[in-house]
Amino acid sequence: MKSINDRSQDIGPFVSQTDDAIIICRCEEITKGEIRQAIHDGMFTVNEIRRYLRSGMGLCQGQTCGKLVKNIVVQELDVIPAQLDPATSRSPMRPVEMKVLGNEEVTHV
Amino acid sequence: MKRYDLIVVGAGPAGLSAAIEAAKCGLSVAVFDENAKPGGQLFKQIHKFFGSKEHQAKIRGYKIGETLLSEADAAGVEVYLNATVSGMYMDKEILVRIGAAMEHFKADAIIIATGASENMVTFDGWTLPGVIGAGAAQTMMNLYGIQPGKRVLMLGSGNVGLVVSFQLMQAGCEVVALVDAAPRIGGYGVHASKIARCGVPFYLSHTITKAEGTDCVTGVEISQVDDHFTTIPGTQKHFDVDTICMAVGLSPMSQLLKMAGCNMVDDPRRGGQVPLVDENGETSISGVFAAGDVSGIEEASSAMIEGRMSGLSAAAYLGFLSEKDKDSSLNELEVALDSLHQGMFAPGSKGKAFTKTDEGIAVSQSLLKKGYLDEADIARFNHFGKKTGVHPVIECTQNIPCNPCQDACPKQCIKIGKTITAIPRIDEDNTCTGCGLCIASCSGQAIFLVDEDYEPGYASITLPYEFLPRPQKGDLGTALSRSGQPLGVAEIIDVRSAKAFDHTTLVTIKVPVAQAMTARFYKREAQRAE
Repeated sequence: MKSINDRSQDIGPFVSQTDDAIIICRCEEITKGEIRQAIHDGMFTVNEIRRYLRSGMGLCQGQTCGKLVKNIVVQELDVIPAQLDPATSRSPMRPVEMKVLGNEEVTHV
Repeated sequence: MKRYDLIVVGAGPAGLSAAIEAAKCGLSVAVFDENAKPGGQLFKQIHKFFGSKEHQAKIRGYKIGETLLSEADAAGVEVYLNATVSGMYMDKEILVRIGAAMEHFKADAIIIATGASENMVTFDGWTLPGVIGAGAAQTMMNLYGIQPGKRVLMLGSGNVGLVVSFQLMQAGCEVVALVDAAPRIGGYGVHASKIARCGVPFYLSHTITKAEGTDCVTGVEISQVDDHFTTIPGTQKHFDVDTICMAVGLSPMSQLLKMAGCNMVDDPRRGGQVPLVDENGETSISGVFAAGDVSGIEEASSAMIEGRMSGLSAAAYLGFLSEKDKDSSLNELEVALDSLHQGMFAPGSKGKAFTKTDEGIAVSQSLLKKGYLDEADIARFNHFGKKTGVHPVIECTQNIPCNPCQDACPKQCIKIGKTITAIPRIDEDNTCTGCGLCIASCSGQAIFLVDEDYEPGYASITLPYEFLPRPQKGDLGTALSRSGQPLGVAEIIDVRSAKAFDHTTLVTIKVPVAQAMTARFYKREAQRAE
């Protein structure tokens, strides 16, 4: 079985596909081609792609594209989905304005 | 920082059920939901639910929601709305956005019942306005009274796609086609039949290749796919539509559990990233539970049972319920949950191609491919009863967990037995009075009353009708076959509505006796009824 942790593996050259222009991450307007290119640039995990391209870091926080990005990686690297961890979950789960985030009620009971 | 015995995140069917059970045991319970209204998806569910009495079968989803809300209120559950839980931390603390502030809450046990979000598939033009999720369409229609569009194509033939397609038609939209990449219809055959007899074609082994339009959707192109789901060139079909609806599965919204450090697993059969839970819904962190779709995609009936189980388990975890009482209550609920997990559509049967029913009858391939039963199929199922006088004809041919028809008949003409997934049988020793309670009790709208001796040369057919405006006695319209083909003129000879029918109108049409076993729907002629 191929491992996504084996960074020395040859995944072949980037070959453009007819649907590369399709937007995958709507919030940050990242296309399928950009995500495939990122994988060929060495970004093998959802977290790495997220940091590299900002996919899944917009308004919906990857709720829509998380699975789509994962499937692209699965196809491009020819691995099974279970090998790929989803992106890290951290607070805030939903977008929050800075003024609201700063307005934190800190009381000690 | 406010403290409670139990915090529940999500006020849907699972969360509310959990909160009610726990509060009844004496726990102080707070429920948080990011929406302005509680109830989760229940208030969008205008159809009658499946199951048996204990699962609230034949009751419409929104009614179940109303009951849960009043029970929660009576039990003293505190519900925070417009309250977005943004984080979950160690020691069972949550961070919640309420209004313009972030507030902290803490509890001794937490139940996560955050539900799921809709999946999308991508194709050329999928980001155009007019491409929406089936759940979004339901929200627009059933919560806000807005038509999502005039002409709609539905992608996905699971129960969500089937139910929402029917609701779109009820809302006055035209559904031009139902498309699925799978070679078989994924949801209940009875749901598919409701749509097919309105004349909606099914395109199995097809997918969307293009949404057409520049500023919004003006059309859609579908193509056939092969066994590997690759599109076959040259098979394109075009439809003029303004809306494309996607019902292609759900993903658990399990981020809070992951954030809190619960052990997670990627399980495609449960919809994606789900927490590892024991049989009571407890995660790897003791005192943290998961219930409903967040721990595996199912439906509202099982979510409510799972919710109650987790609520009772949380109560026992905190010492509000003895282990003995917990075990006896949980055993009962497990039996109820188990009965929902039986039959052809059980979680363990996903993707299986059944060729025979539990009774050993060959399943209808036409139902799986075209959405309606062939006449030859119907002959295999013992659903006719005697053919003198009025009698029920039950076109329910799959093993699904549902049995209200058996309880509905005051004359005990319909038998299912103890196994609720069994196909209903007609007991010919008992005589049908034509009361129609069975028609209204069937959530799948699969029961008809037929009288071949209505008048010389004419039969009467009583069918369930859930469209507005209601036909009037004396109206003339068109009788439609199971596939929605016009058969000829049908006269409305009776229209019945009663409280016990719960908004299902029983429409009786008169058709030539040759159509007694083929006419299954009525299309009103617009110019007459206006």
